[in-house]
Formats: sequence, structure tokens, C-alpha cells
Amino acid sequence: MRVSCTINGEPRHADDVWEGESLLYVLRERLGLPGSKNACEQGECGSCSVYLDGVLVCACLVLAGQAEGSEVVTVEGLAAGDDLHPVQEAFVEAGAVQCGFCTPGLIVATHDLLARNPSPTDPEIREALAGNLCRCTGYEKVLDAVRLAAGRGLWTATGDPSGRGLPSRSGAPGTRGGDDAGPRAGEAGT
Amino acid sequence: MSAPAAPARQPFAPTAPVTGGIGESPRRPDGTLKVKGEFAYSSDLWAEGMLWGATVRSPHPRARIRAIETADALTMPGVLAVLTSDDVPGRKTYGLEIPDQPVLAWEDVRYQGEPVALVAADHPETARRAAALVAVDYEVLDPLVDPEAAMAPGAPPLHPKGNVLRHIRIRHGDQDATAEVVVTGDYEVGMQDQAFLGPESGLAVPDGQGGVDLYVSTQWLHVDRDQLAASLDLPPEQVRITLAGVGGAFGAREDLSMQIHACLLALRTGRPVKILYSREESFFGHVHRHPARLRYEHGAARDGRLVYVKARILLDGGAYASSSTAVCSNAACFAVGPYDVPGATIDCAVVYTDNPPCGAMRGFGAVQTCFAYEAQMDRLAAELGMDPVELRLRNAMGTGTRVPTGQAVEGAAPVAELLRRLQAVPLSEAPPAGALDLRELPGGVSNVTHGEGVRRGVGYAVGFKNIGYSEGFDDYSTARIRLSVVAGEPQVEVHTAAAEVGQGLVTLQAQIARTELGVERVVVLPADTQVGSAGSSSASRQSWMTGGAVKAACEAVRARVLERAAAKLGSPAASLSLRDGEVVADGDRGMALADLLAGEVVEETREYHHRQTQALDPETGQGEAHVAFAFAAHRAVVDVDTELGLVKMVDIATTQDVGKAINPQAVEGQIEGGIAQGLGLALMEEIQVVDGEVRNPSFTDYLIPTVLDMPPVRLDVLELGHPDSPYGLRGIGEPPTISSTPAIVAAIRAATGRPLTRVPVRPEHIVGVPAPESRDRPAAGAGRAGPPEGGDEGGDGSDPDPGSAVSEPGRPDPARGFPTATQAPLDPDRDGG
Repeated sequence: MRVSCTINGEPRHADDVWEGESLLYVLRERLGLPGSKNACEQGECGSCSVYLDGVLVCACLVLAGQAEGSEVVTVEGLAAGDDLHPVQEAFVEAGAVQCGFCTPGLIVATHDLLARNPSPTDPEIREALAGNLCRCTGYEKVLDAVRLAAGRGLWTATGDPSGRGLPSRSGAPGTRGGDDAGPRAGEAGT
Repeated sequence: MSAPAAPARQPFAPTAPVTGGIGESPRRPDGTLKVKGEFAYSSDLWAEGMLWGATVRSPHPRARIRAIETADALTMPGVLAVLTSDDVPGRKTYGLEIPDQPVLAWEDVRYQGEPVALVAADHPETARRAAALVAVDYEVLDPLVDPEAAMAPGAPPLHPKGNVLRHIRIRHGDQDATAEVVVTGDYEVGMQDQAFLGPESGLAVPDGQGGVDLYVSTQWLHVDRDQLAASLDLPPEQVRITLAGVGGAFGAREDLSMQIHACLLALRTGRPVKILYSREESFFGHVHRHPARLRYEHGAARDGRLVYVKARILLDGGAYASSSTAVCSNAACFAVGPYDVPGATIDCAVVYTDNPPCGAMRGFGAVQTCFAYEAQMDRLAAELGMDPVELRLRNAMGTGTRVPTGQAVEGAAPVAELLRRLQAVPLSEAPPAGALDLRELPGGVSNVTHGEGVRRGVGYAVGFKNIGYSEGFDDYSTARIRLSVVAGEPQVEVHTAAAEVGQGLVTLQAQIARTELGVERVVVLPADTQVGSAGSSSASRQSWMTGGAVKAACEAVRARVLERAAAKLGSPAASLSLRDGEVVADGDRGMALADLLAGEVVEETREYHHRQTQALDPETGQGEAHVAFAFAAHRAVVDVDTELGLVKMVDIATTQDVGKAINPQAVEGQIEGGIAQGLGLALMEEIQVVDGEVRNPSFTDYLIPTVLDMPPVRLDVLELGHPDSPYGLRGIGEPPTISSTPAIVAAIRAATGRPLTRVPVRPEHIVGVPAPESRDRPAAGAGRAGPPEGGDEGGDGSDPDPGSAVSEPGRPDPARGFPTATQAPLDPDRDGG
């Protein structure tokens, strides 16, 4: 089948897509966008986090066909030109990047958090990023990076300081509660 | 046959400039690509005409292969090759230390998930479906899964030389010593997984002339190459390996996974072949941390001074050798901990079973024993009525202390200082009742307590381990340094085969070159086999070894440059130095490097070897076996819901001597990340193996810490310098993973009074639910799937006082070593499976 959607602001289509292919597979293997990562491919690790019509999703859990006609934003679509997005900048600066396999997902999830909540508390950061596994950093420097990005005060209630303008969310912004904070939120603290 | 070019999506060449020198924390040269999603991991590679490989794996832990029928798979549209062991042209086995592991099983299958056949197809789903069509006729056999049973006389041998891979005896000091106070204990460590995020993957590209290029994530390119060459029956120069982006390693990439398989398929089909494991396959595709059963006896004087330690340690090596013999050595050598112990009697064995193969994981044998000896120190302190830290201080080793293998510790051994500094870190206050955020309570937003039944506990632990390879191995790393002038500016290229696995080695190499050569622009070339071996990115050795090689090669380049400058300037070379791209004479400006070189290139290659070590004496375990040691200590604070058995880490403080922090930010990252893995082993991480079958091969069922599980880390990094190493650095990667686990468990013991002799600690251990009778019944543990409880430690369900386990009549004496046929099994409660 053919899948057509808007990716990072550009209309894209993929041909000969097998119905079982995920959005992640099509991004990575058919559209040349391997930035979204494939650490578990079952929605546990968050490394494939992308925006689908403004909503943060795991691309591995979205069938490619479900993205037909949608607007998708991936980690490759956050920076404006050669300049890093402030979230990306903060991750490099804070030392939140080691092997980096979780990094694209964390960048997108942090972007989503700060767009909704420009100055999150530590518990709010932890809750928002609970669906993103990192095996290298122990998360300390990830927290530093989010605080750094937030502390620069670039975020407004309308979101992205890069000015790229993400597609609007289908739901009301800033209302996401505890029970949809991530696939692993229910396991908090055990 | 047309020769495909190099992959269209190339491995990363870290060309972004590094701006700092030694002791600074410049940005990683690969950081920008990584945050943009443009860094090419091995799973991202792609080439024109590329095929996908899939692996047929045995569903049985032990079986005999009667026949393999490949015709149906081979005739499936889109399938280009189906291979079995018959298609392996060279050595049909591989292995890091003992080549006992089949590339593809041909007769015996020894663990669940063992590769049996390979498929290459034009789509990954086609390859998977074709793999399912490969019909393997198995004669299914009863697996041998209990390590005690495996080493018992008369056990069926899983390998020609029997089931005991290695048995190390250490006899140190008076073997007949007696003590006023004796405490014993049995401990168990579950099977932990490295759980790197980047799955095993790589791309093999045939060169059209019989050779192959492999782009892969690994820890040691040259040991991969040598094993590949042997099995592919090619000379080493026809197997070229380039490091692709590595998504974490932690020991799990020391052994081969898909490397030979992808090359076999590529050479057969003449097309590039990519193999990419799913997460489930990854759990079967690499070795794990050895599960361990440990029996300890500590004897001490009334004043707390240790008189002797006896230990009997049994490691389950699983189906193949991997690095088991070295892990066994480490478990034995570090079995008493960083203490001055006059007498030690240590027996440590590793055996083959039909369980998943075990090998290297961060901490490498020292993790298992630290959990046990630190629990013992707390038991001893309780028995003596002494503060646990005071007991440790009283026995702390220092410079010159002889470890049980007879070697005197050189350089700083700051065990007491680490503990004192840790004690001085203020404890966090418990928040006032009623003011708690649910997310900071055990159980989190599951809303299972508002503070009732929650008790706080504090626990300490200290540990140590060797840096680098031990027991006489002549380990080395190679660096090639090339100084040239590019666009009028001096530029240094650093070329090594050292694997950047996330730790920041690429940054460190550039920092060293900048410092040594005073040149602004340094480029670290991709790691490949076109330069000499760098050894493995493991054993906390790579900063020391490859750092040493880069430093040595830079020094050689500098000497040549200064000689030339001396001739030109008429000053002695000894009065010249390099700074800011110039030759500097006694503090004055001399001349620009660009002018001095005048278009010429200065290139030097150096090997760095550490000092020689010795083998352990086979009877007594004595020998100068280790290059150096590294020390760390941890203090954990936990809140425990004593009714539900849920644990919330409040914070963890750590002190560690890193010798010299070449890159302080990277040092902190290693320490924080290592603690997270120690936390995982303490509270949640275990591969559950029942009758040889893995029950939780997914991130749904094998849980690693999230940002909600990980507490704030309070760091105190000491830089005491090491006399032997480049810049005085010590390895830093492993110590954080060693003593963090026992500190956390000690804190839970302090909060609950439970003995907690097994990790990971599960809710039922904390609450004291008796073990169910059947091994086969999955445990229900408040959201955390637990392994079957037949193997639970004695006492956890009923004994509220950890200090009371003083003597256990009827238990075998650890000094007697491993049981003979007439001795009781290690633990009669355990049904041997």
C-alpha cells in the first residue's frame, strides 16, 4: 500500500508498504529518518517518541497506515536549520548524552513537556519522562538538561521557542494528568 | 558479482571540534549528531540492495538435532539464502576464551535461543517468516539447570571436558584460625541483564573479492575480527571491521552475536546483509551477569577485627564459556572486600549448565561477592553491637595491605576516607507527614500509601575491584597520531580501534591530544581494524589503556616536532614546548607549527602496555595478578512500605576515588549510570529462568530503572592519583555498580529488619510472604513479576533479625569447599529444578 503523510512539515509518501509495518519502520527504513530509535518496539522504552498530529506517541505502536494523512514530527524536525533546538542544546551541554540511543526519544518527550509546562517541578519532570528508558546516565544529567532548557525561559504558553510551530494538539494543552503520563507511570517507585 | 560500495548510511566520524584539554568537560564531538537523531548506530545502517538476516533459534534449552529441513524456507519468494552449520567454511565454534560455542548448532543444543540456522531475505518480515519455516527435528532432552547438580559427580557432561569450567582456590594466612565471634550466611544473586538500549545489529558488505567489511557495534574490534576470520576461513586482512554507533554495551557486546552470521549471509548472497535483533531476541542474543550462590563465614575478635573469611561461591556459567573463567577469578579475588583480612579460604567455581550463557557485565564477578560480604559485615556488626561503618573502618584496607591473593595494594586505597566522607554527607530530612507528594512515596501514583506503614532505612557499603585485565595477560592498546597542516592550521588525527560505547572515550582521546600537542583542531577517526588493537572497552580499562596509547603516540610526535624546531631555532629541544599551535621556547613564542611543518606530516604509532601481572597459583591462588584496584562507597536512603513491600529510594550518596578526572562531567555520568544499574539489581532486574527457559525477555517483564525509580545522587569524587597510570587516572566505570546494590539492600534491612539475602529484593521478601511450593508458579509481586520462589533464601519469611544468623549447625562448612557426592546439596530447601 501507499502511505502519505506530512513529516517535519513536508509531504512524504512511501510505496509498497506492507500492512504490518509500523510508523517507526516506515520512518527508519523507507523514508530515511532513522533518528527515532528501535530499542524495544513494544512501547516500553520511549526511544521512538514522535508527535502524531501534535500528540506524543511511540512510533513503534502506530501502524504506518494509521498515520495516513497525519502530521508527524520526529526528532529530525525539531532543529531549525543548523542550529540546535534549545532542548537539544541543553542535552549536549548538560552531559545528558552518553550512548545516545534513548536521546532522540527523550528530546521529543522533553519538548512535549516544556511545550505544555514551561517550568516543571522535578516530580513533574520525572513523571513526564517516566516512559523513556535510559541505561547509561542514571537520569541525573537528563534532569539537569530539562531544568537547563526550562530555566532559559524561552518557553511560552504556546510552546516551541524554535518558532517552527508544531501542529496543534487535538486535546487541550497542559491538562495531561498522571494516568496518561507514560506507559510505565503505574509502576512508579516500586 | 558486483561489489557494493560502502553503506549509504555511514558510521559516524566525529568531526565536531572538541574544545577542552585534560580536566575539562568539553562537549562530546558526537553529541550534536546524537541529539539531532543523525548519529548512525549499527541498527541505522543501510546499503543499496541490502538484505535482512534472521536467525532460527532453538526453543529448547537442551536437545539433539536430528535433522534440519530448509527447502520450504528457501523456496519462499524473497528468500535468498538459508544456512546451517554445514555452511560455516571455517571453525564451527567461537568464544572469547574457549571456542566452545557453535556458530550454528549442528548436533547439541545447550540453551534456549541457541542459533541453529540463518535466513536472508529482501524484507525483515519475509526473513522472519522464512525462519519459521525452517523445520528442525529436535530430540528434546531434560535440561541440566541446577549449577550444584551440574558439578556433582556423575552429572551428565554438557561439554567434553566436563561441567566445571574453573574452580579457584585461595588460601591466605592461617587456615585453622578460630575467632571469638562467627557469623555465617547464604546469599544469592539473580541473573541480571545489561539491557543496553541499542539492539545487536550490524551490516556486512561483501567486497566482491572474497572478503567482507562489517559495520557493527562491539566492544573489541580485533577480537571480533579474529573470531570472524577463523569461522569464515579468511585471512584477517580480508575481514575489516568498522565500529558503527554503539547503543550501550556494559559487557554484553564482548561476545559475538550476529557478526559471523551476517558475514556468512553476505558472502553467500554477494549482497549487503543487515541483521537487527528485536528486544526479545536480544535477551537471547547476548550473555548475562552470572547468577551466584554464596556461602560465607566471617570470624572476628570481640573488638571487631576480622580474623578470617571463608567463602564458597558458585557461579552459573550457562551453556558456553564466554568470559566465565575470568569472572570466576574476579569473584574469588575480591571475595572478602576491601578489608585487611589475616586469613582467607575461598573456593569459587563456575559451571556449565543448560541455562543462558553468562559472561561479562559491569562489575564482572565483584558485584556478586560485594553483595554477600557487605551483608556479612552488617551481620557481624549487629552481632558485635557495633556501628556497621565503625566495623568497616576498623577493618579497612589501606596502602600496603595484602589482598588474599598476596598482592600488596599500591597507591591510594582510601577505604576509610571514602567511608568517613560518606558519613559526613548530611542525611536528607524526612518530609513532614501530610506534605508528601504521592510520587515520592513507595508505590508512587499507584496511590497505595499516604505514609502509613512507611519506614525509612539507611545502609552503607564499600567495594573494590581490579582495573584492567589480570592474571598475566599482556594487555595493550594502540594509537596512531598524525599531525598535519590543513587549510593553514595544524590538525591532529587520532586513530585507534577503541570502542566508544557511550562512555565518552572519543572526547577523552581528543582532550589528551589537545593537551599533549597544544593543537586546537583534533579529529578522532572512526575506530576500525586498520590500526592495531585497542583491547576491549571493558574492565574499566579503556581510558587508562587507550588514553595511555594516545598520550604515548602524542609524545612521540611531539618529540619529533621539537627536534625539528630545535634545529631551526637553535635552541635545545628540552627548552621547547607546544602550545596554541606554536612551538614555544622557554615561555616565548617560537614559531607557528604550520610554518615548521611546511606541508609535511608527522605520524607515530605507539602501543601502551600496562605493567606485567602474574597468574594465580592453582593450589593457593597466590600471585601478583592485578594491575590496579579501584574503590567506591555508597550510602543509600530508602523509604519502605512495609505492608506492601514497595521501596522508594530517597537518595544515594557516593564517594569514589577516580585518580584523576580527565573529564569530570563524563566521570559523573559513569558514576550516576553505574548506580542506576546497581539499583536495578537491588530492586527489580532479573532474568527469570525456569527449567532453562527465559520467562521475561522483554522490557515489559524485565524492568530497568526509570527516572521515577532513580533517586538524586550526591557525588563526592576524589582525585588521589594512581602512580602507574596516565595522568594518575583510575578506571571509573565499574565501581559505582559494585557497592550501590549492597548499600540499598542494607538500607531496606535497616528499615524492615528482614535478612534479605537475595537480590533483586522482591516485595514478598520485604513483607515476609512464605515461598510458594512450586517452582513453576509465577510469583505475583505488586506489579513486578518475580521469579519462582522455590529458590528463596532460608529465613526471609520468618527471621526478623538479620543479626541472629550466627551459626547454622548442619550446614556444610564453607572451608570444606565444594560438596562431594556425600555432602548435602547447597540448600536443601531449593528444589534443584
